[in-house]
Amino acid sequence: MSTEPSGLSREPAVQYCTFKVDHLLIGIEVWRVQEVIRHQPMTPVPLAAKEVRGLINLRGQIVTAIDMRIWLGLAPRTDGVLPMNAVMRLHDEAVSLLVDEAGEVVEPPLSTYEPVPSTASDQIRALFSGTYKLDDALLLVLDTESVTRITGDHNSSTSGTGARRS
Amino acid sequence: MMNDDAMNEIVQEFLVETNENLDQLDQDLVALESNPRSRELLGSIFRTIHTVKGTTGFLGFGRLEKISHAAESLLSELRDGKLDLTGPRTDVLLEVVDVIRVLLSTIEQTGTDGEGDLSELISRIELLQQPDADAGAAPAAEAAPEVAAAPKAAAPKAATAKAAAPKAATAKAGRTQKASSAPAVVADEPPVSTALVDLGSDVAGSATASSNTASSGEGDDVALVHTSGSVSVSGLDDEADDRESDDEIAAEVAIAEADEANDDEPGDDVEDESDDIVVASPAAKAPAGVTQATAVAKASPIVVDVPDAPPADGHRLAAERSVRVDVDLLDSMMSQVGELVLARNQVSAHVDMLDNQPLHQTVQRLSMIVSELQEGVMKTRMQAVEQLWSKLPRVVRDLAAQFSKRVALEMEGGETELDRSLLEAVKDPLTHLVRNAIDHAIEMPADRVAAGKPETGTLMLRAFHEGGQVVLEVADDGAGIDPVKIGDIALERGVVSQMELDSMSEREIVDLIFRPGFSTAKTVTNVSGRGVGMDVVRTNVERIGGTVDLSSTPGIGTTFRIKIPLTLAIMPALLIGCRGERYAIPQTNLLEMVQLRTEEGHSDIERIGGALVYRLRGKLLPLVRLDETLGFAPLETEEQHDAVSIVVLQADGLLLGVAVDDVIGTEEIVVKPLGQHVKQVPLFAGATILGDGSVALILDVIGVAATAKVEEVAASLGLGADSLDDPRRGERSTFVLLRVGEDRRVAVPLKAVSRLEEAPIDSVEQAGTGHVMQYRGDLLPLVSLATFLDGTVGFGTSAGEEGPASVPVVVYSDGERNLGLVASEILDIVEGIFEISTVGAARGILGSTVVHGHVTDVLDVEAAFNLSMKEVGNVH
Repeated sequence: MSTEPSGLSREPAVQYCTFKVDHLLIGIEVWRVQEVIRHQPMTPVPLAAKEVRGLINLRGQIVTAIDMRIWLGLAPRTDGVLPMNAVMRLHDEAVSLLVDEAGEVVEPPLSTYEPVPSTASDQIRALFSGTYKLDDALLLVLDTESVTRITGDHNSSTSGTGARRS
Repeated sequence: MMNDDAMNEIVQEFLVETNENLDQLDQDLVALESNPRSRELLGSIFRTIHTVKGTTGFLGFGRLEKISHAAESLLSELRDGKLDLTGPRTDVLLEVVDVIRVLLSTIEQTGTDGEGDLSELISRIELLQQPDADAGAAPAAEAAPEVAAAPKAAAPKAATAKAAAPKAATAKAGRTQKASSAPAVVADEPPVSTALVDLGSDVAGSATASSNTASSGEGDDVALVHTSGSVSVSGLDDEADDRESDDEIAAEVAIAEADEANDDEPGDDVEDESDDIVVASPAAKAPAGVTQATAVAKASPIVVDVPDAPPADGHRLAAERSVRVDVDLLDSMMSQVGELVLARNQVSAHVDMLDNQPLHQTVQRLSMIVSELQEGVMKTRMQAVEQLWSKLPRVVRDLAAQFSKRVALEMEGGETELDRSLLEAVKDPLTHLVRNAIDHAIEMPADRVAAGKPETGTLMLRAFHEGGQVVLEVADDGAGIDPVKIGDIALERGVVSQMELDSMSEREIVDLIFRPGFSTAKTVTNVSGRGVGMDVVRTNVERIGGTVDLSSTPGIGTTFRIKIPLTLAIMPALLIGCRGERYAIPQTNLLEMVQLRTEEGHSDIERIGGALVYRLRGKLLPLVRLDETLGFAPLETEEQHDAVSIVVLQADGLLLGVAVDDVIGTEEIVVKPLGQHVKQVPLFAGATILGDGSVALILDVIGVAATAKVEEVAASLGLGADSLDDPRRGERSTFVLLRVGEDRRVAVPLKAVSRLEEAPIDSVEQAGTGHVMQYRGDLLPLVSLATFLDGTVGFGTSAGEEGPASVPVVVYSDGERNLGLVASEILDIVEGIFEISTVGAARGILGSTVVHGHVTDVLDVEAAFNLSMKEVGNVH
């Protein structure tokens, strides 16, 4: 896709894969996303961080699955529908993010970009690097580096403790 | 005119080969110092430089050509015996090697061999080509020190002393030097005749002669003339001119023949190709100034069958026997084979559930082929530890000189093999340990003498296999590590507090040297005083799954021990079940398995000081519940299983028993690395994909032990690693030997057998999903071993056979429960000491042993009981 300058901006807009997690719309740069597949059987990992739901077998590769709802401190899904695996590449490793649904690929104009508001919760600010105001929703851009900061340490702000304040 | 790509390839090859050769050169030069007149070494060195010079000319690397030309001239003189190898000459040659390395690196990066002036070095080389001032008469032959295996890295200042003796070599007709333990007999030959020089053939006279020639005594001139397969030995008499010329001609002819036969560049025949024995020239023209030689063997030519010459230490193996393969290709093959093993496991798992005999057999065969392929590919990845050690003689020499110490390097077990990726990883740590030993551990010569030690310190490198790991030791006889000093320095550096220090054992204090920020160097040398050394060593080794330990006695010496896992990727493992999930335990950690019925076994599990222990054959074993270690809440007593399986594990000297829910079986698994999030959990060493495609975590036994604080329990109980008898050593026991199916043998412990019966087939009735029979007024649950173990259908028969009229039943009774095991035939009752190997452990089988020459499975009676319960329920 070629660029569509809006206003005075001549920089190419970025494409994002979008995903729904509860009421949130999350965007990840297209080139970071390896694939999106349906729910896979998972092997739980005892004593790992609570966000780590388990390990999946991806064509012979063992991939860690991170539960976005737990990570964002959201309540678990009640309708019994299984999450999907959004597999992204991070530092030579594949990591899967468990999301409710996969959305479309969007290319929002740069003019709609805003940093994450300071009124947002610590949790939101820790995970997301910015937002785009789309026509009907607010797209939260995932800071993929934050995935590496998930640890079993319960004091860490990225492990969901701050979510309630939003 | 060659195109760029072809040229590039040639240059690349040249770089790879030459770099390898440079390593060899380092070793050869250092070895040469202890054995200065080794014609073999000199010849080999000469040829390498000669080759470099030739190729560089062709490739247009002028500077490289100049420097190698200068070195070649010097080497030529040395090889011909016209000059002695003195300390300064060795130094300059080593310097040339270093310069060539730098030039090669420049070529690699820029494509040219750079600018800059090498004339200073070259003129120094030329200067050293002047004959020594006092070349003259011949003193007695110098006894050859040990070749190659223990080169002395003496200080270069010893030059004069050493030079005096070898001086004579130039002038004499030659003397034979025997390297006592080396396979090569080094015959120091008189200079080559001009005819031979024209041929370009080499003079290095080494051969493995038969004992005849070897024992001809020092100082004999022995010429070995080789023609394919046999060696004729002619004694020499350098006064017999006519004889000389005969020999000379014979030698020339022989050499010419040999050269033609080899089709090599003449002079290559010194390579340690096993069917080519090295050629020496006969006496030929003695140079001017030959004085009385020592005694000469005057034997007439005898033809001696010389056995294949094994390569001398440190020399290359036969070129024809090996192939150069790109390591990426090997790595990709390796991972493909790993995937193949997984796929094979999956196929096996599916096929096992089908009842298709021909398919079974085909899959069996496939399985065997895959296993062999895997073994083969693993072997390609294995390299000898010697590779690791190749640079060290040079390093030791240079360091010893730098610190003005005297160090002898000994290496043992170099043929031990290791996966090449691990070899790479351990290279730096090893080098650091060596540097550290020379810098810190080995004392100054004067101090050593004062302490009653020999002036020359010994640095001993050992490599060997032990318990599924490769152990690399770096041992010195230096000053040792004093816990008191270490403690002081640790305090000083703020590595520990006084309180922590007070609570530490000596072993823990000494271990502090591995902490970051620790260095005992009073002045930080540029070699190893930065305080970054030891902790990096440990980190690097641990990163590949290994451990580093040390033991030391102040005043006596120190030994560092690096242990690394033998194979990285594919290994046999035991699958166990815990709270509904499966986990794998590497078989190298597995010692034995014990099944306990909780009532019966109750007395064997005890609680001492709050910790669970198990009494195994009278000895106490720290016991760990896997489910609790994994963070599960303990089960309520009603929910607990009737039987408990305990796997006895060992790791790094610790023994522990781990209680699991079930033992599933052994399987070959491909170890896959963990992602960063899972790596954080110390309990897991990796993960694998099982036959059914699901992921299973591999337990890290050391991690489990640490999490469960087993070491502390063991310490408080006074348990040591050797407190358990080898479980595999059998105990005297009695078994009932059964045939199950066509040819399977199963053994059942006689202990709880109450009767052996022959039951008519019509007394067998169905109950639930199983079978029972009327027995002594009661119903006896039956389990057909054929069905239980082999999955064959049909009660007591192999598929397709007509059922027998009666079946043998082994009636088991433990006072409360009864069970009848149905076999095809009761073979025997055997008594003896049987070693039970857990290798064959699977569902229903505890392991296997050998009875009367046949492999026999040992039945897991408990599992049979469980099955019967499931099928038939509680039957009265």
